[in-house]
Amino acid sequence: MNALTKAELATSVFDRIGLNKREAKELVDAFFTEIRSQLAQGNPVKLSGFGNFELRDKNQRTGRNPKTGVEIPISARRVVTFHPGQKLREQVGATENDD
Amino acid sequence: MVVTKSELVETLSARQLYLTRKDVELTVKLILDEIAAALARDDRVEIRGFGSFALHHRPARTGRNPKTGEIVPVPAKRVPHFKAGKEMREQVFDGRGSEQEKG
Repeated sequence: MNALTKAELATSVFDRIGLNKREAKELVDAFFTEIRSQLAQGNPVKLSGFGNFELRDKNQRTGRNPKTGVEIPISARRVVTFHPGQKLREQVGATENDD
Repeated sequence: MVVTKSELVETLSARQLYLTRKDVELTVKLILDEIAAALARDDRVEIRGFGSFALHHRPARTGRNPKTGEIVPVPAKRVPHFKAGKEMREQVFDGRGSEQEKG
């Protein structure tokens, strides 16, 4: 199965927007770096028509090593969650029966 | 504070001085369209240091109307799913720590 990567996105930007290859690569990099940096600063990112990157704070909880059964504390943490927007959900075919 | 797409475009335009705001705006739109198109083809999207997008396939099931108790078929679904990459997880985790120190 094919995977879309930053290299392919940069090629699309070069082909379709007409930035040169270096500019295209830099802007694609900067786009993802900026979203990550905003999330790291505690700011959710909302991309209308696509989806929202949100932050959830999880309390400390007790986990268990599934192999040994030994209890281990899982520290409190903040995680990123992505909620796809309606347009994106529709675009990927909300129901399998469509195809 | 929530960051929107247009604010993201502003920030990127201010930083990439040799690009016009229009070019940055078109590029952001193209990136999001390409990700959506890849998912619509059921391809994965792998952005190193950021995370990956893939479709999750949920099989058809029978649900129940919680009000009436009536059995209703729920069709199979394809749902976009994002998994944060290592650097993303670490930076967001560290961000939490530094906020606590501030507070």
